[in-house]
Amino acid sequence: MEALKKELKENIIEVLNLEDLTIEDVNDDDALFGDGLGLDSIDALELIVMLDKDYGIKLTDPSEGREIFKSVEVLATYITENRTK
Amino acid sequence: MKNTVYIKAYCAITNTKMVCNDEVLCEENELDYKSFLKSIYKNYCEVSYPKFFKMDEASKLAFLTAEVLLKNTSMTENEKEDLAIILSNKSASLNTDRDYQNSIQDKNNFYPSPAIFVYTLPNIGIGEICIRHKSYGENAFYITEKFDANLLSTYAQTLLNTNKTNNVLCGWVEVEKGKCSSFFYLLSNTEGELYSEKNINEIYQSI
Repeated sequence: MEALKKELKENIIEVLNLEDLTIEDVNDDDALFGDGLGLDSIDALELIVMLDKDYGIKLTDPSEGREIFKSVEVLATYITENRTK
Repeated sequence: MKNTVYIKAYCAITNTKMVCNDEVLCEENELDYKSFLKSIYKNYCEVSYPKFFKMDEASKLAFLTAEVLLKNTSMTENEKEDLAIILSNKSASLNTDRDYQNSIQDKNNFYPSPAIFVYTLPNIGIGEICIRHKSYGENAFYITEKFDANLLSTYAQTLLNTNKTNNVLCGWVEVEKGKCSSFFYLLSNTEGELYSEKNINEIYQSI
Protein backbone atom coordinates (compact mmCIF):
# COMPACT_ATOMS: atom_id res chain seq x y z
CA MET A 1 0.00 0.00 0.00
CA GLU A 2 2.84 2.42 0.81
CA ALA A 3 4.40 1.81 -2.61
CA LEU A 4 1.05 2.43 -4.30
CA LYS A 5 0.56 5.71 -2.40
CA LYS A 6 4.02 6.88 -3.45
CA GLU A 7 3.30 5.88 -7.05
CA LEU A 8 -0.01 7.75 -6.94
CA LYS A 9 1.61 10.92 -5.65
CA GLU A 10 4.21 10.77 -8.42
CA ASN A 11 1.55 10.13 -11.06
CA ILE A 12 -0.75 12.88 -9.81
CA ILE A 13 2.09 15.42 -9.83
CA GLU A 14 3.16 14.37 -13.33
CA VAL A 15 -0.27 13.94 -14.94
CA LEU A 16 -1.68 17.16 -13.47
CA ASN A 17 1.50 19.22 -14.03
CA LEU A 18 1.81 20.20 -10.37
CA GLU A 19 5.33 21.46 -10.91
CA ASP A 20 5.53 23.36 -7.65
CA LEU A 21 4.96 20.19 -5.62
CA THR A 22 7.06 17.17 -4.68
CA ILE A 23 5.74 13.91 -3.24
CA GLU A 24 6.95 15.07 0.18
CA ASP A 25 4.49 17.98 -0.02
CA VAL A 26 1.51 15.66 -0.39
CA ASN A 27 0.32 13.95 2.78
CA ASP A 28 -1.67 10.73 2.53
CA ASP A 29 -4.79 12.35 3.98
CA ASP A 30 -4.55 15.78 2.29
CA ALA A 31 -7.72 16.77 0.46
CA LEU A 32 -7.04 16.58 -3.28
CA PHE A 33 -9.73 19.15 -4.09
CA GLY A 34 -10.83 22.34 -2.34
CA ASP A 35 -8.39 23.63 0.25
CA GLY A 36 -5.93 20.75 -0.15
CA LEU A 37 -4.07 20.52 -3.46
CA GLY A 38 -6.63 22.83 -5.06
CA LEU A 39 -7.40 20.58 -8.01
CA ASP A 40 -10.23 21.55 -10.38
CA SER A 41 -12.84 19.81 -12.51
CA ILE A 42 -10.48 19.22 -15.45
CA ASP A 43 -8.03 17.60 -13.02
CA ALA A 44 -10.84 15.30 -11.88
CA LEU A 45 -11.37 14.20 -15.49
CA GLU A 46 -7.63 13.56 -15.87
CA LEU A 47 -7.68 11.43 -12.71
CA ILE A 48 -10.56 9.38 -14.16
CA VAL A 49 -8.47 8.82 -17.31
CA MET A 50 -5.48 7.87 -15.13
CA LEU A 51 -7.54 5.26 -13.22
CA ASP A 52 -8.58 3.68 -16.52
CA LYS A 53 -5.16 3.85 -18.17
CA ASP A 54 -2.95 2.75 -15.27
CA TYR A 55 -5.22 0.55 -13.17
CA GLY A 56 -7.98 -0.63 -15.54
CA ILE A 57 -10.72 0.98 -13.47
CA LYS A 58 -13.58 2.59 -15.39
CA LEU A 59 -15.66 5.03 -13.38
CA THR A 60 -19.11 4.97 -14.93
CA ASP A 61 -20.70 7.24 -12.36
CA PRO A 62 -18.77 10.56 -12.13
CA SER A 63 -20.32 11.26 -8.72
CA GLU A 64 -18.33 8.30 -7.38
CA GLY A 65 -15.23 10.44 -7.89
CA ARG A 66 -16.27 12.76 -5.10
CA GLU A 67 -15.58 10.05 -2.54
CA ILE A 68 -12.78 8.17 -4.35
CA PHE A 69 -10.66 11.28 -4.96
CA LYS A 70 -10.97 12.51 -1.37
CA SER A 71 -7.28 11.85 -0.63
CA VAL A 72 -4.35 9.69 -1.72
CA GLU A 73 -5.17 7.34 1.18
CA VAL A 74 -8.77 6.81 0.03
CA LEU A 75 -7.75 6.57 -3.63
CA ALA A 76 -5.09 3.93 -2.89
CA THR A 77 -7.59 1.83 -0.95
CA TYR A 78 -10.12 2.05 -3.80
CA ILE A 79 -7.51 1.07 -6.40
CA THR A 80 -6.30 -1.89 -4.33
CA GLU A 81 -9.87 -3.22 -4.10
CA ASN A 82 -10.88 -2.60 -7.72
CA ARG A 83 -7.83 -2.67 -10.00
CA THR A 84 -7.85 -4.99 -13.03
CA LYS A 85 -4.25 -4.33 -14.03
CA MET B 1 -15.01 62.80 -33.44
CA LYS B 2 -12.15 60.31 -33.13
CA ASN B 3 -10.17 60.20 -29.90
CA THR B 4 -6.39 60.20 -30.07
CA VAL B 5 -4.92 56.73 -29.53
CA TYR B 6 -1.64 56.08 -27.77
CA ILE B 7 0.74 53.13 -27.36
CA LYS B 8 1.03 52.89 -23.61
CA ALA B 9 3.38 49.91 -23.40
CA TYR B 10 4.52 46.86 -25.30
CA CYS B 11 6.16 43.48 -24.66
CA ALA B 12 7.51 40.85 -27.01
CA ILE B 13 8.87 37.34 -26.47
CA THR B 14 10.71 35.14 -28.95
CA ASN B 15 12.57 31.84 -28.52
CA THR B 16 15.59 33.66 -27.15
CA LYS B 17 14.61 37.15 -26.06
CA MET B 18 12.09 39.19 -24.09
CA VAL B 19 11.75 42.92 -24.76
CA CYS B 20 9.52 45.32 -22.87
CA ASN B 21 9.16 49.03 -23.65
CA ASP B 22 12.44 49.26 -25.61
CA GLU B 23 14.37 47.37 -22.93
CA VAL B 24 15.74 43.85 -23.45
CA LEU B 25 14.76 42.16 -20.19
CA CYS B 26 16.44 38.86 -20.93
CA GLU B 27 18.26 36.94 -23.64
CA GLU B 28 18.87 33.22 -23.55
CA ASN B 29 20.45 31.12 -26.27
CA GLU B 30 20.94 27.85 -24.39
CA LEU B 31 17.36 26.87 -23.58
CA ASP B 32 14.61 25.51 -25.82
CA TYR B 33 11.59 27.77 -25.98
CA LYS B 34 9.57 25.75 -23.46
CA SER B 35 12.33 26.03 -20.87
CA PHE B 36 12.79 29.70 -21.75
CA LEU B 37 9.10 30.40 -21.04
CA LYS B 38 9.37 28.59 -17.73
CA SER B 39 12.42 30.66 -16.79
CA ILE B 40 10.50 33.87 -17.58
CA TYR B 41 7.70 32.69 -15.30
CA LYS B 42 10.12 31.95 -12.48
CA ASN B 43 12.25 35.08 -12.86
CA TYR B 44 9.98 37.84 -14.14
CA CYS B 45 6.51 37.09 -12.80
CA GLU B 46 6.10 38.09 -9.21
CA VAL B 47 3.15 35.82 -8.73
CA SER B 48 2.59 32.22 -7.71
CA TYR B 49 0.15 30.90 -10.26
CA PRO B 50 0.25 27.07 -10.33
CA LYS B 51 -2.26 26.98 -13.20
CA PHE B 52 0.51 28.34 -15.44
CA PHE B 53 2.05 24.86 -15.61
CA LYS B 54 -1.22 23.35 -16.84
CA MET B 55 -1.53 25.69 -19.82
CA ASP B 56 -0.55 24.80 -23.35
CA GLU B 57 2.47 26.60 -24.80
CA ALA B 58 0.48 29.28 -26.67
CA SER B 59 -1.47 30.17 -23.54
CA LYS B 60 1.75 30.27 -21.50
CA LEU B 61 3.23 32.66 -24.06
CA ALA B 62 0.13 34.87 -24.01
CA PHE B 63 -0.04 34.77 -20.21
CA LEU B 64 3.63 35.74 -19.80
CA THR B 65 3.57 38.51 -22.41
CA ALA B 66 0.52 40.08 -20.78
CA GLU B 67 1.94 39.56 -17.30
CA VAL B 68 5.23 41.33 -18.03
CA LEU B 69 3.58 44.10 -20.04
CA LEU B 70 0.98 44.87 -17.36
CA LYS B 71 3.62 44.69 -14.63
CA ASN B 72 5.56 47.39 -16.46
CA THR B 73 2.71 49.83 -16.94
CA SER B 74 0.40 51.64 -14.56
CA MET B 75 -3.21 50.51 -14.54
CA THR B 76 -5.81 50.73 -11.81
CA GLU B 77 -7.87 47.69 -10.86
CA ASN B 78 -10.90 49.32 -12.53
CA GLU B 79 -8.94 49.82 -15.74
CA LYS B 80 -7.86 46.16 -15.67
CA GLU B 81 -11.48 45.17 -15.15
CA ASP B 82 -12.51 47.06 -18.30
CA LEU B 83 -9.50 45.95 -20.35
CA ALA B 84 -10.39 44.73 -23.85
CA ILE B 85 -8.17 42.14 -25.53
CA ILE B 86 -7.72 41.56 -29.27
CA LEU B 87 -5.16 38.94 -30.26
CA SER B 88 -4.22 37.15 -33.43
CA ASN B 89 -1.95 34.48 -34.87
CA LYS B 90 -1.38 32.34 -37.93
CA SER B 91 -1.68 28.76 -36.70
CA ALA B 92 -4.64 29.01 -34.31
CA SER B 93 -4.17 26.12 -31.81
CA LEU B 94 -2.54 23.73 -34.29
CA ASN B 95 0.40 22.95 -31.96
CA THR B 96 -1.97 21.74 -29.24
CA ASP B 97 -4.41 20.16 -31.70
CA ARG B 98 -1.51 17.95 -32.77
CA ASP B 99 -0.75 16.96 -29.15
CA TYR B 100 -4.39 16.04 -28.66
CA GLN B 101 -4.45 14.07 -31.88
CA ASN B 102 -1.46 12.08 -30.64
CA SER B 103 -3.36 11.16 -27.48
CA ILE B 104 -6.17 9.57 -29.55
CA GLN B 105 -4.15 8.24 -32.48
CA ASP B 106 -3.68 4.68 -31.23
CA LYS B 107 -6.95 2.76 -30.98
CA ASN B 108 -5.33 0.31 -28.57
CA ASN B 109 -4.08 3.10 -26.34
CA PHE B 110 -7.01 5.49 -26.62
CA TYR B 111 -6.93 7.88 -23.69
CA PRO B 112 -8.05 11.38 -24.75
CA SER B 113 -6.65 13.99 -22.39
CA PRO B 114 -9.27 16.44 -21.08
CA ALA B 115 -6.50 18.81 -19.96
CA ILE B 116 -5.09 19.03 -23.49
CA PHE B 117 -8.52 19.16 -25.12
CA VAL B 118 -9.52 22.35 -23.30
CA TYR B 119 -6.65 24.17 -25.01
CA THR B 120 -7.62 23.19 -28.56
CA LEU B 121 -8.93 26.69 -29.24
CA PRO B 122 -6.65 29.69 -29.83
CA ASN B 123 -8.74 32.15 -27.81
CA ILE B 124 -8.26 30.16 -24.59
CA GLY B 125 -5.09 32.25 -24.05
CA ILE B 126 -7.27 35.36 -23.82
CA GLY B 127 -9.35 33.55 -21.21
CA GLU B 128 -6.26 32.81 -19.12
CA ILE B 129 -5.26 36.51 -19.20
CA CYS B 130 -8.79 37.58 -18.27
CA ILE B 131 -8.93 35.15 -15.34
CA ARG B 132 -5.53 36.25 -14.05
CA HIS B 133 -6.24 40.00 -14.23
CA LYS B 134 -10.00 39.84 -13.58
CA SER B 135 -10.71 41.51 -16.92
CA TYR B 136 -14.26 41.53 -18.23
CA GLY B 137 -13.82 43.71 -21.34
CA GLU B 138 -14.66 42.77 -24.89
CA ASN B 139 -12.28 40.32 -26.59
CA ALA B 140 -11.63 38.68 -29.93
CA PHE B 141 -9.08 36.40 -31.54
CA TYR B 142 -8.27 36.59 -35.26
CA ILE B 143 -6.43 34.11 -37.46
CA THR B 144 -4.35 35.96 -40.05
CA GLU B 145 -1.45 35.03 -42.30
CA LYS B 146 0.83 37.54 -40.58
CA PHE B 147 0.71 40.31 -37.97
CA ASP B 148 -1.89 42.80 -39.20
CA ALA B 149 -1.76 46.06 -37.23
CA ASN B 150 -4.53 47.60 -39.30
CA LEU B 151 -7.01 44.83 -38.50
CA LEU B 152 -6.30 45.01 -34.77
CA SER B 153 -6.30 48.80 -34.54
CA THR B 154 -9.57 49.17 -36.46
CA TYR B 155 -11.38 47.12 -33.82
CA ALA B 156 -9.38 48.65 -30.95
CA GLN B 157 -10.07 52.22 -32.08
CA THR B 158 -13.78 51.49 -32.35
CA LEU B 159 -13.78 50.31 -28.72
CA LEU B 160 -11.77 53.35 -27.58
CA ASN B 161 -13.79 55.87 -29.61
CA THR B 162 -17.10 54.55 -28.34
CA ASN B 163 -15.90 54.63 -24.73
CA LYS B 164 -16.32 50.87 -24.27
CA THR B 165 -12.92 50.93 -22.58
CA ASN B 166 -9.85 53.14 -22.11
CA ASN B 167 -7.35 50.35 -22.75
CA VAL B 168 -7.07 47.60 -25.36
CA LEU B 169 -4.41 44.90 -25.24
CA CYS B 170 -3.61 44.01 -28.85
CA GLY B 171 -1.16 41.62 -30.35
CA TRP B 172 0.22 38.51 -31.95
CA VAL B 173 0.90 35.18 -30.22
CA GLU B 174 2.19 32.29 -32.30
CA VAL B 175 3.61 28.90 -31.34
CA GLU B 176 4.36 26.41 -34.07
CA LYS B 177 7.11 24.01 -35.14
CA GLY B 178 9.33 24.67 -32.14
CA LYS B 179 9.17 28.44 -32.46
CA CYS B 180 7.31 30.99 -30.42
CA SER B 181 6.76 34.68 -30.95
CA SER B 182 4.54 37.20 -29.27
CA PHE B 183 4.10 40.94 -29.54
CA PHE B 184 1.54 42.62 -27.30
CA TYR B 185 0.90 46.35 -27.08
CA LEU B 186 -1.48 48.33 -24.96
CA LEU B 187 -3.50 50.96 -26.79
CA SER B 188 -4.96 53.69 -24.64
CA ASN B 189 -6.92 56.90 -25.11
CA THR B 190 -5.22 58.58 -22.18
CA GLU B 191 -1.41 58.40 -22.35
CA GLY B 192 1.64 57.05 -24.15
CA GLU B 193 3.37 57.41 -27.49
CA LEU B 194 1.08 58.54 -30.29
CA TYR B 195 -0.22 55.49 -32.16
CA SER B 196 0.15 55.01 -35.87
CA GLU B 197 0.25 51.84 -37.93
CA LYS B 198 3.73 52.87 -39.05
CA ASN B 199 4.90 53.25 -35.43
CA ILE B 200 3.61 49.90 -34.30
CA ASN B 201 4.99 48.10 -37.35
CA GLU B 202 8.38 49.68 -36.75
CA ILE B 203 8.40 48.40 -33.17
CA TYR B 204 7.29 44.95 -34.35
CA GLN B 205 9.99 44.82 -37.01
CA SER B 206 12.67 45.93 -34.55
CA ILE B 207 12.15 42.92 -32.24
